[in-house]
Amino acid sequence: MPAFDVAAIRAQFPILSREVHGKPLVYLDNAATAQKPRAVLDASRRYYGEINANIHRGTHHLSQLATVAHEEARLTVARHLNAPTPDEIIFTAGTTDSINLVASILGRARHLKPGDEILLSHLEHHSNIVPWQMLCERSGATLQVIPVHDDGSLDLPAFHRLITERTKVLALTHISNAFGTVNPVRELLAAAKKAGALTLLDGAQAVPHLPIDVQDLDVDFYAFSGHKVYAPTGIGVLYGRYKILDTLPPWRGGGEMIKKVSFSGTTYNNLPFRYEAGTPNIEGAIGLAAALDWINSIGLDPLHQHEQALIRQAAAALSALDGLHLYGPSDRAASLSFNLDGIHHYDLGTLLDQMGIAVRTGHHCCQPLMERFAVTGTIRASFAAYNTTAEVTQLAAAVKKAASMLR
Amino acid sequence: MTIAETQQQLLEELSLFQDWTERYEYVIGLGKHLAPMPGELQTRDRLIEGCQSQVWLDASCPAGKMHYLADSDSLITKGMIALFVRVLDGQTPDDVLTADMSFIDQTGLKEHLAPTRANALNLMATQMKQRALEFAGK
Repeated sequence: MPAFDVAAIRAQFPILSREVHGKPLVYLDNAATAQKPRAVLDASRRYYGEINANIHRGTHHLSQLATVAHEEARLTVARHLNAPTPDEIIFTAGTTDSINLVASILGRARHLKPGDEILLSHLEHHSNIVPWQMLCERSGATLQVIPVHDDGSLDLPAFHRLITERTKVLALTHISNAFGTVNPVRELLAAAKKAGALTLLDGAQAVPHLPIDVQDLDVDFYAFSGHKVYAPTGIGVLYGRYKILDTLPPWRGGGEMIKKVSFSGTTYNNLPFRYEAGTPNIEGAIGLAAALDWINSIGLDPLHQHEQALIRQAAAALSALDGLHLYGPSDRAASLSFNLDGIHHYDLGTLLDQMGIAVRTGHHCCQPLMERFAVTGTIRASFAAYNTTAEVTQLAAAVKKAASMLR
Repeated sequence: MTIAETQQQLLEELSLFQDWTERYEYVIGLGKHLAPMPGELQTRDRLIEGCQSQVWLDASCPAGKMHYLADSDSLITKGMIALFVRVLDGQTPDDVLTADMSFIDQTGLKEHLAPTRANALNLMATQMKQRALEFAGK
């Protein structure tokens, strides 16, 4: 197993050597988006500089090179998720796009009717709530919500009570973007499958930190975003189980997703192209493959250990501060949310920013979760391959200084 | 003092601060000393909603001069509010409407007024003028 050389990793990220407000950048907002290593920057530049052409339709050499690169990127994603076939990998614009895709096609298929239920958790990001609310409005189905304990973990007995034969969809976050809760997804997916529900996991916060095996998870849909796993923005993935996707109607209509178009009738293309209308984000897909290759060259296990050590260090250092409250369970991953007694999260975040430290403050697109914990928001520090123990020490010192200025 | 004179005085005070700690301690101090808004005035219709912090604004026009009461759950936002109130409070509605608020650009505090959806403060100056419009020409 390669040793985790964080200095060598940092050196691959040009943006990390910049300053903000005259201070070195300490970037701890990785749950919002991750920075890009040279391997990804180079892949993007090489695409536009050497092989850019429209794909799937051309006969000329560049279009063949671009097509091959795009489809090899699809294969890379399939291998990364251990999907049985690349036909189950649909490129989208991101996690939000992927979840909207599933909700929309289930709506068009009239898969749900009054009396049916969609089961979500109280941890969910708005992108894994609103598309389902919209589907409920269209179909007459209702939303059920798995409650969350005070430590940010899901109430499993409540979940088992909520899963019934009326449950048609279980849509769940793999790792919570606000609290870092790692959900026991295998147990939850198995129960949903047994009840006859379709299952979807929001993997936006999981793919950057854990190995994902969609066959082992036995999940029907898995969504994630490229930009959170060191790839460009504007590219994401929906993994969809073939035998389910093949029965569902198309989403967006247009070029690429068709076989034949005429005014007397149009036939649709096979999977996965049926769900990729128009010219895709070719550079994004290639950048995503480069990012996945990069993360695998580091090794997801050493990466995970490195990040877990940082999170534990941050939790310990911050807990030592007066009036500090941590949210989420102690085995959290990816993110750490906290608040300080009597201090507004916006104020703390602003002062941390003045010290060069980038964290996220506010509701983290999880307003229902914030309401459940009776806060308007939290401060969230989130970690990636290039963060260091020195940065965590700086974070704790900066929080202490900011708190003294605000009290 | 006219609005322009108040702005000039403010800029002179702020220029004394050498670094960010001093500047923010000043703003935080303003926030701590801002007269609190009575609870019964912190109603939904007075709320300027933003993602990052909540801001309430009340405006009245006793004896032809604008009187603003404002509050926020964020201390730094309260400090920024205090700056706005200092500039516009006690002025006629017409003077408020024609006030040039670009002095903010020179305060070193402009990032709190960035036009992102997160920022209720960005709407503050506009809202204060809007309220003045209701009283103008009366």
